[in-house]
Amino acid sequence: MAQDSGTRTLISHAQLSRGRGRVIYWTLLVVVVAGFTLVFLGPLYWMVTGALKSGQEIAQTPPSLFPKDPQPQNYVDAWNNLALAKLLFNTFYYAIGAVLFQLVFDSAAAYSLSKLRPIFGNTILALMLGTLMIPAMVLIVPQYVTVLDLPILHINLLDSPFAIWLPMVANAFNIFLLKRFFDSIPEELMAAALMDGASSLRTLWSIILPLSRPILGVVSIFAVTAVWKDFLWPKLVMPSPETRTVSVGIYTFAGGTPMNVVIAASVIAAIPTVIIFLIFQRNIMSGLTTGSIKG
Amino acid sequence: MAITTVPQTPRNAGRPPSPYSAGPQRTSLGRKVRDNLTGHAFLIGAVLCFVVFSWYPMVRGIVMSFQRTRRGETTWVGWDNYSRIIADPSFWTAWQNTFYFTVLALALGYVVPFFVAILLNEFRHAKGYLRILVYLPVMLPPASALFLFKFYAYDPSEAGLFNAILKALHLPTSQWMQSPEMTMPAMVVASTWMNMGGAVLIYLASLQNIPGELYEAAELDGAGIWKRIRHVTIPQTRLILALLAMLQIVATMQLFIEPLILANGAGAEDSATSVAYLIYQHGFFQNDLNGAAALGVIMLVVLAGFSAVYVRLTAKQD
Repeated sequence: MAQDSGTRTLISHAQLSRGRGRVIYWTLLVVVVAGFTLVFLGPLYWMVTGALKSGQEIAQTPPSLFPKDPQPQNYVDAWNNLALAKLLFNTFYYAIGAVLFQLVFDSAAAYSLSKLRPIFGNTILALMLGTLMIPAMVLIVPQYVTVLDLPILHINLLDSPFAIWLPMVANAFNIFLLKRFFDSIPEELMAAALMDGASSLRTLWSIILPLSRPILGVVSIFAVTAVWKDFLWPKLVMPSPETRTVSVGIYTFAGGTPMNVVIAASVIAAIPTVIIFLIFQRNIMSGLTTGSIKG
Repeated sequence: MAITTVPQTPRNAGRPPSPYSAGPQRTSLGRKVRDNLTGHAFLIGAVLCFVVFSWYPMVRGIVMSFQRTRRGETTWVGWDNYSRIIADPSFWTAWQNTFYFTVLALALGYVVPFFVAILLNEFRHAKGYLRILVYLPVMLPPASALFLFKFYAYDPSEAGLFNAILKALHLPTSQWMQSPEMTMPAMVVASTWMNMGGAVLIYLASLQNIPGELYEAAELDGAGIWKRIRHVTIPQTRLILALLAMLQIVATMQLFIEPLILANGAGAEDSATSVAYLIYQHGFFQNDLNGAAALGVIMLVVLAGFSAVYVRLTAKQD
C-alpha cells in the first residue's frame, strides 16, 4: 500500500505533489474518501440503525438519520423469534466441515497434480478447470436429483451436512490455487525427503503443508464465506427448519415478520463474515488477486 | 466468486517429468506403476466429488432434458420438454429480462469498477481504507444486503432512503420495484453494489503490473490523461478486461437471488423474471424437473455461444 508509492502510475508523482496538481489531488482524495464512505458504509449504517427504529419511525417521512427512540428489542426479537442461535450454529457447522473437507481432499489432489504427477493428471486437471465455465444454475437441477439418490449407493443426502460438504470439495478454483502454490515449492526439497525415505504422505504432511500455511488460510477463508453467502443450494438441500442456514432462515421468516426485525436478523447474519473480513482482509485480497492475475 | 475464477492451462504440460516421481536410476515398471497408484490415491477424494457432484450431473442434466418422469416412471420423450418450455409465455420474457440485466450490469458493473480502480491506483493515501470499503459489501450474505435494499432503500413511499434523497434534491421520486420500468435498473444497482469489489481488486492488481516507463514515454510524447488511459492502460490490461467481461456475462446470466428477494420472484408485470428464476420455478414449484433441466441446457448452449464469440474476438486481437 504505502510501499508502491514509488512506482510510476498514470499521473507522475511529481505532478501531483506541486502547485495545482497538489490541490486537485487533495480535493479529489477528500471527495472520493467521503463519497466511498457514504456509498459503501452508509447503507450499513442505515441497516444497523434502521433495525433500532420502531415500526412508526420507519414509516415516517422524511426518514430520520438517528433512531429517536432506539429499540434494541428488535434485535432481541430477531434472535428469539427466528431462532437465530440455531441457524447460526448450523451455518457455522457447515462452514467448518466444508473447510476440513476442502483442506483434506483438495490439498491432497493439488499435491498429487503438482508433485506426484500421475498419468492422466493433466487431463483430470483440465476436466476440473472446465467446470469453472459451467454456471451453477445449469447444474442445479441434476445436482439436486443426484443428492436425492446418490448413484450406486442410493443414499438420500437431503438434510445431511454432507450435501453441502461434498459438493464444496469439487472446487476447481481452490485446487488450482493450491496447485500453483505447491508448484512454487522447490523440487529439491522433495528429492531430499525422498532420499530420507519419507513416504508421499509424510512429505505432504511434514514439508508441503507447513510451507503452505498462507494459501491454506486463503482457501479456508474462501470456504467459510462461500458457505455463509450461499443461498439457493442450502435452501434446496436443507429444507427442514432444524437444518436451515441463516440466510435461508431469514428468507423463510421474512414474509410474516415486521421488517425492522428482518433487518435486525440480517445485521446479525452479516456480522460473522464482516468480522472475518476485517481480520483477514490482507489474506483475502492477496488470494483473490494471485488466483487471477499471473500464470 | 464467479468473478475470480480464472481457468488456465496446466502449467507443467511441457515440463520434463518431476525428478521426484521418477528418479533417473529407478525407472523399473513396478516402480512406475506404484508411483502412479500413489498419485491417484491422493487424487481420488477430490475426483470422486467431481464425478458425483459435477461431471455426472452435467451428463445427467442433458439426459434428463430428453426424458420425462411421471409417478416414478421415466420415459424418453425426445424434444417434448424443450417445446413445452419454449411455449411457456414466460420463456421469452425471462430471456429478454436476463439480457437486459446483462447489458445494464455490463454498462454499470463493468465500466465503473475499471475507472474506480484507475482512480484508486493514483492515490497515495487512504488506499487501504478505500480498498476495504469497496470489498466490504462482497462479504455480506446476499440475502442480508438485499433485504436492506428491499425494505429501506427501495421503499416506494417517501420514507425510503432513495426517495428521501431524490425528494431532498427536488427530483421526482420513484416506485422502484413496483414499477416495471425501474425494476431492472434497481436490481442492477443493488447487484453492482454487492459485487463490484472483486472486479476492482483484480483491476487494481493488474494496473500495478503496468511498467511505469510506458506512462513516462507517453507523457513525453505529449499524451494527456485520456490518451494515456486509451493507449497505455487499456492495451496493457486488455487480457484481464476481456476475461472479466466473459466472467461477468456468465455471472449475470445466473441472475436469481435479486429477483427472488427484491421482487418476490416475478416482480411487477413479470419485469423481474429471469431465466435462472424460471429454472427454479419449473423445477421446484411446478414439479417439472425435466423441463427445468431442458432450460438449463438451453442456458448452457447460449453461454457456449457467447464463449465462442469471445474466443473469436480475443484470438483476433492477438
